[in-house]
Amino acid sequence: MRTIRSQFIVNGAERSVSVEARTSLADCLRHDLKLTGTHLGCEHGVCGACTIIVDGEAVRSCLMLAVQADGANIVTVEGLSNGVDLSPLQESFRKHHALQCGFCTPGILTTAHALLSAEPDADEDRVREVLSGNICRCTGYVPIVEAILDARKAYGHKGGAR
Amino acid sequence: MKPPPFDYVRPTSLRDVLAALGEHGSDAKVLAGGQSLMPMLAFRMAAPRILVDIGRLAELKGITFDVDGVSLGALVRWCDIERNERVAAEQPLLAEAIRHVAHYQIRNRGTVGGSLAHADPAAEMPAIALACDATIFVAGAGGVREIAAHDFFAGALTTVLKPTELLVGVRLPAWPATRRWAFEEFSRRKGDFALAGVALYFDRHGNGAVAAPHIVGFGIADRPVRLAGAEEAIRGKRIDEQSLAAAVRAATLGIDVSADIHAPADYRAALLGTLLERALRRAAGLGEAG
Repeated sequence: MRTIRSQFIVNGAERSVSVEARTSLADCLRHDLKLTGTHLGCEHGVCGACTIIVDGEAVRSCLMLAVQADGANIVTVEGLSNGVDLSPLQESFRKHHALQCGFCTPGILTTAHALLSAEPDADEDRVREVLSGNICRCTGYVPIVEAILDARKAYGHKGGAR
Repeated sequence: MKPPPFDYVRPTSLRDVLAALGEHGSDAKVLAGGQSLMPMLAFRMAAPRILVDIGRLAELKGITFDVDGVSLGALVRWCDIERNERVAAEQPLLAEAIRHVAHYQIRNRGTVGGSLAHADPAAEMPAIALACDATIFVAGAGGVREIAAHDFFAGALTTVLKPTELLVGVRLPAWPATRRWAFEEFSRRKGDFALAGVALYFDRHGNGAVAAPHIVGFGIADRPVRLAGAEEAIRGKRIDEQSLAAAVRAATLGIDVSADIHAPADYRAALLGTLLERALRRAAGLGEAG
């Protein structure tokens, strides 16, 4: 099958790939661009591990073709920090022990970053509702929710503690 | 879990989309948000020769209001509906139903047209289209034809769309402000497809009696269905304990309730009755049973 060129921005850098049409954006990021921070769990849109940010919105990169991303602005978990220091959200995850095995963490970080960037005042119910799209089998979610709520101040949160 | 090979085109005009569909016919599959099609491809339940990506057709992305109601372009996403305050005010049943569609990330890409064309029996949008007497707009070589929602769904994952046609939008009629409505669905985990669900509304005569009841069940048969038995049980009556019980008894009248790995038919039927009772109580402002 022929390959098709797709050009987009990933974590601020222009990238150009030549892929088969069937290549998911997740596989493209991992295999073609070697950005293996994006994890693939179920590969059919259920687990949320592969969540990335496309044009400001959290999406499942296993449910998007690389060719569909032509012209898009993409942020992966690698783009959340400068590669040396943790971002405030990541720092909060460490502080609250919001991960154990870490497999789901990239998808949860990208989801939470997109959420808090758009809704810095998201309350606990909203955070839990959004997290329903990300499966974590280690933590029971309690420390993840605490970490995200605690990170809101870095996104301009104006409300109270909860 | 990798899709089979296929080719890909991304036309930038409706004319070019229809030309591509005309050329490839049933070898082609339309790609909108891809939130149903991509899993189908990953599971190899679908193996089209070519995908026709309609994602760049800006003219299919609009939400427009007029005196006749609201029109949603095929590429309107769930998140577009969620963020639209006028939809919440003027189409409350639609707005409430959309809150139940899948998860945050999927709502950022999934589309109205994709859901209608995919026709999952447990999906919210087909149920709302049926309940609201929606009109579905379908473009083909001969122009645009209008299909009533109750004529559109032909079975599980099956519609009357021809392979050479494109669903371009849907119109929901205007919604009277005094209308009573409710939406209920049950799934074991949030965001999963419903084991059963109910979308309903009715208007009321001056004496409080129910006029024009519309009750749709979904997730219970091969397509969303009007619950005619329940509608008859409340039509022209006030909703009280008696008419409510009659509606619940008649809920699955004439409906072949489906069974699958997730639930047997009698469980689904019982669940539907429970959801119907809750929905009718809430719509009528009736308290819980004592």
